[in-house]
Amino acid sequence: MRIFLLHVIAILWKDIRYELRSKQTWLGMGMFALLVLVIFNFTFDLRVDNVSAVAPGVLWIAFIFASLLGLGRTLAAEREQNSMDRLLLCPVDRKAIYLAKLLGNLLFIGVVEIVALPIYTLLFNVPLPASLLLIVLLGTLGIAAIGTLFSVMAAATRARELLLPILVFPLIVPVVISVVRATQQLMVPTVNEPPWIGLLIAFDVIFLSVSMLTFQYVIEE
Amino acid sequence: MMLYYNHVDKKGKKSTVNNLLTVDTLGEMPAIEIRQLKKSFGLKPILRSVDLTLHQGQRMALLGANGAGKTTILRILAGLIKPSAGTVSVLGLDIIHDAQQIRRCVGFVGHQSYLYQELTIVENLLFFARMYTVPHAQERVHELVRRVGLERRAHERVGALSRGQVQRVALSRALLHTPHLLLLDEPDTGLDREGSELIDALLAEHIALGGSILFTTHLLERVLQQSDRIVILGSGRVIYNRETASLDYDELQRAYREVAN
Repeated sequence: MRIFLLHVIAILWKDIRYELRSKQTWLGMGMFALLVLVIFNFTFDLRVDNVSAVAPGVLWIAFIFASLLGLGRTLAAEREQNSMDRLLLCPVDRKAIYLAKLLGNLLFIGVVEIVALPIYTLLFNVPLPASLLLIVLLGTLGIAAIGTLFSVMAAATRARELLLPILVFPLIVPVVISVVRATQQLMVPTVNEPPWIGLLIAFDVIFLSVSMLTFQYVIEE
Repeated sequence: MMLYYNHVDKKGKKSTVNNLLTVDTLGEMPAIEIRQLKKSFGLKPILRSVDLTLHQGQRMALLGANGAGKTTILRILAGLIKPSAGTVSVLGLDIIHDAQQIRRCVGFVGHQSYLYQELTIVENLLFFARMYTVPHAQERVHELVRRVGLERRAHERVGALSRGQVQRVALSRALLHTPHLLLLDEPDTGLDREGSELIDALLAEHIALGGSILFTTHLLERVLQQSDRIVILGSGRVIYNRETASLDYDELQRAYREVAN
């Protein structure tokens, strides 16, 4: 277990160092998320009565699209030489590789979200309750869990930039519905709504377990 | 025989790197044993039926025209791809069932460097040292950097190095965990005379300590100096398998041409 954790930390640290040097993922994702928020802010005729219906959707569109940009990029270091062979050569549990890549993706997406959230509240004039952070964390975990698995799969193909969203979007639909509705619930609490956060946790557990178990077969020949 | 991956600490306490194989488990197992190995990519067969044995402490040169299947054999032994049929064992371990254990005792230098371009030489080697849980990683990394003559460039990005320097770092990466078996795919690529000499010295040391080497090359002169056995592949099969001691350059060249034709 100790060696497993050391491997996770080593791969994660390597990815962070790599990203800090190339600065490709964070800057691209951050700019993209901010642009989506600004463009939607101008596009919609926002009023007090419709902001709660529009704002959660806009926030999650920005996060999901930015996440997919980032998910494609976080494997850039591995793809540099067209393969994951550098990691596959090492006697490392494949689950450790998955976990490190997942944590890396969570971190990269998380930083972008932390920057984008205050701008979102400013542009859409909505509050930023602490429980929104929990929803953002759970939503991001669900997207990253599936996205990490499929970005490795897509990395082996030529049309990876096109393939990744096509593979990931249909699978994250339950997460998207849950996070948008949970965010709406925060703004305008309504009765008789399903427990969206509970559902979100359930989706996360399922996605994480399935991805962890199948990663080895995806990554190896 | 002294096992290459045995580690002796400053107090003289003996241990095995990564708690791997011990002297007892190794015994006199062949370093590599391949039986009726077949490999196809899609419908295209690359290896049709390969039988090979490399004994511990030996150096084997794998020759053959481009596309003969040399790299495919090395990649199978390194655990990067799986055989389509046949059995492959490394130090008595099965390539399918004991893949992780095999990875611990194999060092691989391929056509690609398997290094991260944005990281420095030391960062790269330290990262791989952690992946292989190398004891005393810092010392080992600096020792190897010094041995391959790159001390002054130790903190430069790999992406800024020349092809030959990258090859030196790649060999250091393969030697980091003191593997028992070295798999080298055209290790001379890009190396100047000094680089070749440095690497020859490291490989000689590896053999002196009981390690084994399987390498591919197209340089027939080097094959005679650097190997104990020569195997020539053709059409996905072993066509020629002889001890180097009983060969001269002309005979080797003749055999190589016949197979290539």
